[in-house]
Amino acid sequence: MKNPYRTQKIAFACLFLATLLIVVPVGFIVVIIIQKGMPAINWQFLSDIPRHGMRAGGIFPAIVGTLYLVTGAIVFALPIGLLAAVYLSEYSRDNALTRVIKLAIVNLAGVPSVVYGLFGLALFVVFFKFGASILSGSLTLGIMILPVIITTSREALESVPYSFREVSLSLGASKWQTIRHIVLPNAIPGILTGTILGLGRAAGETAPILFTVAAFYLPQLPASIFDQAMALPYHLYVISTQVPNVDEKIRYGTALVLLALVLFMNLVAIIIRYKFRKMKKW
Amino acid sequence: MVNSVRNFKETPARNYRKNISKGVKFDINDLNIRFGSVHALRHVSLKIQGNEILSVIGPSNSGKTTFLRVLNRLNDLDLNVKMEGTVKLENEDIKNIDMESLRKRVGMVFALPLPLPLSIFDNVAYGVRMHGVKNKKFLRDKVEESLSEAYLWEEVKDRLGESAFKLSGGQQQRLCIARTLAVEPEVILFDEPCSGLDPISTAKVEEAMVKLKQKYTLVLVTNNVKQAARVGDRTAFFLNGELIEIDKTDKVFTAPHDKRTDGYIRGKFG
Repeated sequence: MKNPYRTQKIAFACLFLATLLIVVPVGFIVVIIIQKGMPAINWQFLSDIPRHGMRAGGIFPAIVGTLYLVTGAIVFALPIGLLAAVYLSEYSRDNALTRVIKLAIVNLAGVPSVVYGLFGLALFVVFFKFGASILSGSLTLGIMILPVIITTSREALESVPYSFREVSLSLGASKWQTIRHIVLPNAIPGILTGTILGLGRAAGETAPILFTVAAFYLPQLPASIFDQAMALPYHLYVISTQVPNVDEKIRYGTALVLLALVLFMNLVAIIIRYKFRKMKKW
Repeated sequence: MVNSVRNFKETPARNYRKNISKGVKFDINDLNIRFGSVHALRHVSLKIQGNEILSVIGPSNSGKTTFLRVLNRLNDLDLNVKMEGTVKLENEDIKNIDMESLRKRVGMVFALPLPLPLSIFDNVAYGVRMHGVKNKKFLRDKVEESLSEAYLWEEVKDRLGESAFKLSGGQQQRLCIARTLAVEPEVILFDEPCSGLDPISTAKVEEAMVKLKQKYTLVLVTNNVKQAARVGDRTAFFLNGELIEIDKTDKVFTAPHDKRTDGYIRGKFG
């Protein structure tokens, strides 16, 4: 005879174990990076340009480059992604074509980032003649995170109860007024979640910027969006594999800065989201 | 159209309405509604008089809510819907009235209290704002007037900034009525407005409805036969998408024409 109490215990243990399997490695990675990277962190490391073939000095240009790229990617991808999500969830009819489009967008989120890199190279660098520049890199990263932003925004919009729309329409509000005043404000927390995911991905990817923007070594800050720039993930790749005899603590220090940067940007988005959730009255 | 003020009186004042239109408000002729292959309403013809309360009763799936949602074209949100026949609001085919104006003139109160995720004040002001009103004083007066008309003002006047979700169910439903009144409709559709309410809240909503009759035309869909008898001037009985009988409420309840009506109000089926 089955013992439901024992079954529950086993299920509980399995679920707990699975969670543990996720948490422990992530925890280890963070601990190791902090442990090995912390000694490298000082003011000079954060504010100086790389020196001695990147074996000394700081990583300031890479930090600035990554900030530019992430900002550019979000500025490009968030409005377009949001508008597309509004169209798909509120205006488009539900038929075979739109279902295929929605499925395709979800799948685009899983395309390897190096493919986006090649696409960016062909389209922005070569065809539009932007060259290897912050503009090309930002657009490439933006296109890469578009599917994430569209999909999460669409889910956020669709999770706003249908009854709110009916009430708004029944009072004589137009469809756009309903979307603008009822649907969008209540979808903002979910949309920000998508933005957070996009931010993290844009900051961390190496392949898309490899061909489109990243400079191997550039001891000055970019002057305009048509300049090349250094970026943290690519810099990390370079000093880990391309330059011999780089001190381990510089490598881990760079990784730590990248991690902290992404965490900080997420924190800002999470605070904004929290503020909006508190405003939510249901 | 969105930003123009749609037909609001200059200042809200009680009893500004001359609107004692004794004539026919809605004239519905041979109405058929289909959702895909489901024939939800069959050859319905009836007239709704100005300043009356028309109760609509019938078992579930009889088409009474569908009938109600024809009147403000809320059925049109369903893309599969097909409508035949004519529905005229004061001699104008509702297909020729733009959706926003029609729904301003024909308001609706839903089965469950459905406040919008806004404050009490903003809930009532919402519709008015959407029709282009920006004047703060007008909005304040309008909110007070509407909440008073829905018998809620005294209970909420000190907490207008609070979330509407903090109100009790009965208060929320009266808030929804106030919200509908604020856009100055001519007709108000009630879709089982008391189905989730306790008897005392129900009595308050019914009291409000009877008073509202002086200024508005009311259509009340209800599952509660006794409620139809209490508040309705006339009663329509729907069964399987057909209008079986419509007459003065007394008549329907004491001497119905049709055996099926009699059976339903005596609780023999449905």
